[in-house]
Amino acid sequence: MDLLIPIFVTLVGAASPILIAALGELVVEKAGVLNLGVEGMMLVGAIAGFAAQFYTGNPYFALVCGAAAGVAVSLIFGVLTLSLSTNQTATGLALTIFGTGLSALAGAPFSARPVQLMAPLFPPELATHPIWRVIFGYAAPVYFSLIMVFVLWYFLKKTRSGLILRAVGENDLSAHSIGYSVVGVRYAAVAFGGAMAGIAGACFPLLLTPQWAERMTAGRGWIAVALVVFASWRPFRLLAGAYLFGLVMTMELYAKAGSGPLSAIPSELWAALPYLATIAVLVLISLRRDGSTNAPACLGKPFMPSN
Amino acid sequence: MTLTRRNLLKIGAAASALPLLGSRAFAQGEPLKVGFIYVGTINDNGYNYAHNQGRLYLEEQLGDAVETTYVENVPEGPDCERVLRELAQQGNKLIFATSFGFGDSVIKVAQQFPDVKFEHATGYMKADNVGLYNARFYEGRAVCGTIAGHLSKTGKAGYIGSFPIPEVVMGINSFVLAARKVNPDFTIKPVYISTWNDPPKEADAARAMIDQGIDIIAQHTDGPAALQVVEERGAVGGFGQGADMSAFAPDAQLTSIIDHWGPHYVNSAKAVIDGTWVPGDTWEGLKEDVVQIGPYGPKVTEEVKAAAEAVRTGQIDGSFHIFTGPIKDNTGTERVPAGQTMTDAELLSMDWYVEGVEQPA
Repeated sequence: MDLLIPIFVTLVGAASPILIAALGELVVEKAGVLNLGVEGMMLVGAIAGFAAQFYTGNPYFALVCGAAAGVAVSLIFGVLTLSLSTNQTATGLALTIFGTGLSALAGAPFSARPVQLMAPLFPPELATHPIWRVIFGYAAPVYFSLIMVFVLWYFLKKTRSGLILRAVGENDLSAHSIGYSVVGVRYAAVAFGGAMAGIAGACFPLLLTPQWAERMTAGRGWIAVALVVFASWRPFRLLAGAYLFGLVMTMELYAKAGSGPLSAIPSELWAALPYLATIAVLVLISLRRDGSTNAPACLGKPFMPSN
Repeated sequence: MTLTRRNLLKIGAAASALPLLGSRAFAQGEPLKVGFIYVGTINDNGYNYAHNQGRLYLEEQLGDAVETTYVENVPEGPDCERVLRELAQQGNKLIFATSFGFGDSVIKVAQQFPDVKFEHATGYMKADNVGLYNARFYEGRAVCGTIAGHLSKTGKAGYIGSFPIPEVVMGINSFVLAARKVNPDFTIKPVYISTWNDPPKEADAARAMIDQGIDIIAQHTDGPAALQVVEERGAVGGFGQGADMSAFAPDAQLTSIIDHWGPHYVNSAKAVIDGTWVPGDTWEGLKEDVVQIGPYGPKVTEEVKAAAEAVRTGQIDGSFHIFTGPIKDNTGTERVPAGQTMTDAELLSMDWYVEGVEQPA
């Protein structure tokens, strides 16, 4: 049982960047835009965050740089899909490939260079007892991700701006006809998604492994995209989903490294678990009585007011 | 010769080959084009970085006589065939495929380009124009294991592997055999993470190990992520893989196994230029300087250093071989009788763990 706390602490580290990126994507999708470029934006955020940390040693500045880099590349996606009405799926995939290449190019001079990990937010005296470590033992982005779950829930559910954003995602023509700027709202959402993906990417060198490695996000951007569907576009379910995935990813390693009964589970089964969980959730969603998936009605459709 | 359709075809084929002959004769002064494919990025500070250093060494040594190209991040699978074919079509006459999983693709593409020489690292399938080359990393592992046996307080090491292929199994076995010569109760826990490059996962695997009483971590994956966790958590230590990683863990890196492929690449390229290349099957180690031991870290005391050096020099002069019996497997069955040494063929197909290895699920 002594292991529960270390497992939880590792799990939080694994889950938080995915949660941050997924929260950004949730807002983008709620506005009716499907941006599959999360992985690419995260990588660009990771190298920007790494470089800022390397030169300044200020992790907060590094997070801001990660966010700014994420916004910059997300706006490329925005111009293409919102102003030029290109296909969102193809453009998003292209953004991932572009981000992977761009980050590798920008990161080339930084190989063999370590950086400092971001220190926990609270003074270490607070986290000496194992129980307090569970609460006070993390760096700022972890608390940021939890606060953002609440903020986004409140924003989408309780505020007028959130309502407008949802309207744009559910019925763009109606929102347009009563005078809201569909493209403007979507630009804002895409930029927000880019900022969150950039912060999530910067978390990799700042929290998890203080180095720059090409493709260091290793597919976690895709998990973030999948989680949004998994959570049926609800922030609190996203939190649960991210921690569930984090738990599976972490338990796999703790089970394999230990000698308890869990270490007898074959590694193939561990590797398959997240996918099994995804299928199970998708089946559960489709079994819902009203038959709705809760997907925004205009998701992925270009806005063409003249039609 | 009667003029049948078959003969016509033969003549046609011969005629179409003529320009090829001509161009080859003409190309005497041209540099030999050499291609490299890497499974990961050259900036991984590890395995692929080391192969690329070998490529640079080749350019440095042979200068204008060679012209090299590399393709990084080549996935193991069908895409690899495409990359190999492109390299061959671009006129590369010697192609190094540097990862185990490229094997099937190399054999296929080599059949289509009989005039191109291929060399496959750490593989096992040869052909008329496919040679094999490998390094005896296990010799370096024996040095690391010796240090681990001396320094570990818990007597438990972890080993982060990618996939349970013979190359990795051999490394784990060599490590623990050496450690148990120092501490007979030493055990090792292999953890396979099913990827060569996922730094956050490597780091989390290291956290999972340290949280469960493991104080020495060796890894067979390509980067320094695990070593950084050892440094951060203040565990006893770890080892650099492929290259010196002391920049990432100045305190925790006990030593490193450095892959030094350069001399091999130079020899192969020279052989192709001289027309003496034959599909070889080389397996070089500490003695040939293809495997090197990096500087020892600050935690390695003089006494431990002497023990490690004895293992290193013993393997260079041939007086010590880590896979000399008696060796039992981890179910207690004797696999190698006393006094006998495992053959290279046995090592290259090793699929069982020695005593002291906790069987991974």
